[in-house]
Amino acid sequence: MNNLVIAPILLPALTAAFIILALRGSLRTQRTVSIVATVLLLLIDIGLLALVATEGPQVYQLGDWPMPFGIVLVLDQLSATMLVLAGVLGLAVVIYASAGSDRKGRLFHPLFQFQLLGINGSFLTGDIFNLFVFFEVMLIASYGLMVHGGGAGRLKAGFHYVAINLVASTLFLIAVGLIYGSTGTLNMADLAVRVPQIGINDPGFLKAGALLLFVVFATKAALVPLHWWLPATYASTSAPAAAIFMMLTKVGAYAILRVYGMIFGAEAGALALVAAPYVLPAAVITLIFGTIGVIGSRTLKSVAAFAVVASMGTLLMALGLFDTVGVAAALYYLVHSTLAGAALFLIAGMVVEGRPHTLDRLEPDMAMRAERLVAGLFFIAALGMVGLPPLSGFLGKVMILDATRTVPSWAILWGVILVTSLVLTYGLTRAGTTLFWSSAPPPDKWPEPKPKLVQPVLSISFLLAVLVAWTIGAGPATTWLERTAQQTLDRATYVEVVLGQNPAPPAKQD
Amino acid sequence: MELLVSSAIGILTAVGIYLMLRGRSFPIILGITFLSYAVNLFLFSMGRLTIDAPPIYQPGGTTYADPVPQALVLTAIVISFGMSALIVVMALRGYLETGSDHTRLSAMEDETGQSTSQADTPAAPRNGDRA
Repeated sequence: MNNLVIAPILLPALTAAFIILALRGSLRTQRTVSIVATVLLLLIDIGLLALVATEGPQVYQLGDWPMPFGIVLVLDQLSATMLVLAGVLGLAVVIYASAGSDRKGRLFHPLFQFQLLGINGSFLTGDIFNLFVFFEVMLIASYGLMVHGGGAGRLKAGFHYVAINLVASTLFLIAVGLIYGSTGTLNMADLAVRVPQIGINDPGFLKAGALLLFVVFATKAALVPLHWWLPATYASTSAPAAAIFMMLTKVGAYAILRVYGMIFGAEAGALALVAAPYVLPAAVITLIFGTIGVIGSRTLKSVAAFAVVASMGTLLMALGLFDTVGVAAALYYLVHSTLAGAALFLIAGMVVEGRPHTLDRLEPDMAMRAERLVAGLFFIAALGMVGLPPLSGFLGKVMILDATRTVPSWAILWGVILVTSLVLTYGLTRAGTTLFWSSAPPPDKWPEPKPKLVQPVLSISFLLAVLVAWTIGAGPATTWLERTAQQTLDRATYVEVVLGQNPAPPAKQD
Repeated sequence: MELLVSSAIGILTAVGIYLMLRGRSFPIILGITFLSYAVNLFLFSMGRLTIDAPPIYQPGGTTYADPVPQALVLTAIVISFGMSALIVVMALRGYLETGSDHTRLSAMEDETGQSTSQADTPAAPRNGDRA
């Protein structure tokens, strides 16, 4: 047992508590502590990635309770990759927020750290009910971040967001109940052992649980028809909150992969690939809806939000194949779309700050401060989001096209991906030209207070630099992700790693 | 007992879903609360219904109540309690700021949400609204 495995959960938890208890007075100290903790978190995440790469998957038994009775954390290649992604995104967001958006409400930094705690926990846990708990931690922090800064529109949208997620949590509990009722376990590895055995005799009960759980994850991943909450939420919250929320949809995708790729995967007997028939069609419609939303949007944040819906559609199209090539392509695109989408939201935040009258509405206005710089960043982020060369979005989409060749209906998938890419290009071009090319000349004197530039530009450049690195390093990245996909879909290895070294002892006789 | 428990779960769920589909925040909160009651009962019964059985396995004992669902229910109660408190506060804030507890997103365009209240909602709450 390597104790470093639990660090991504402990560190944000302690940081958040420390800030609340000791640093309530000084925002400046809060920022410093929060940024230092996030840098540390990223370093730990990278360390964990190296650990997995050299020593294989790690298992951490919480409280040293024997499996499968205790709760267990499992760190495999998939978890480690997602942790690093969350760390990178978290660092960019916390730097951006330090420019002043954390001043608009109270306790931004503790909420942000709790958000990271929930996300990291969801990636690490090896127990379905513990996944529920970490989902709730993640969501409760996101409720706070969502309404951070206040305002009537945000509160109304926040109410929707909370209500929808409470219903989803209720469904999650029902699904957990059904799965526990038919298998008698909630440990993922133990489930992977028992589901194939139980499926043969009485698949109905378990199938209901599995599909209900899929509804929950699909809501998180914004799969049509459960995507309606996302554009309203992301478009009405503040830029840093929307950027870190990029990770929440990815947690949904991660959970779909973990549960329906492995537990209910190809070797699950009567329930093999129980969700697969729904993922692919829903993903196609998600992509189409997201694209239509982009051209119908009237604010930059709304454009970004619908582009996120579209990217989730693309991602799940490849993920829904549940084979090594498809999952590897999906993971490559997942990392890419998270970075590009977050950058787009942060740029929208800069636009809001820079244009006090029109905000991010797609209307011409006076030129904002450092408009060319912002426009340049937007250009790169938009290229990435649409999937045009030379950035990784293009590579990701090519990989996805390549992966879908094996599907009988590949012609439809190719058509949808290619046509929506064209329409997305139009949508983002329209946004860019209206915002940056139709501006009136700037005033002689900038109105006070001037929006800060250093931290936002630093944070967005960091995201885009990682995006470029992801493009340049596509070769090693895909090799790594193919191995990751193989490991994720491999039921036998997962079971052996988690349960193998530590078989359940017989009940003690006193 | 099976009939009683299952019909209780069913009725609670039905009431919860009906209330949740209303257009105002208070019935929605009530609906979510009813649903969480239903779920708690449901989780509880997933450990099978037993009477007078200890919640722990003892050697030689013939029956025992499954303790895991009870632990799950406890966790679920704590979480849903916290969530309910939070959503009540959010609904109240929304009502006080817009003067209406409609859940319609009337002013989505105003990004920062600073100036949304004059968009299309009345300044003061109307009493007749809540019937």
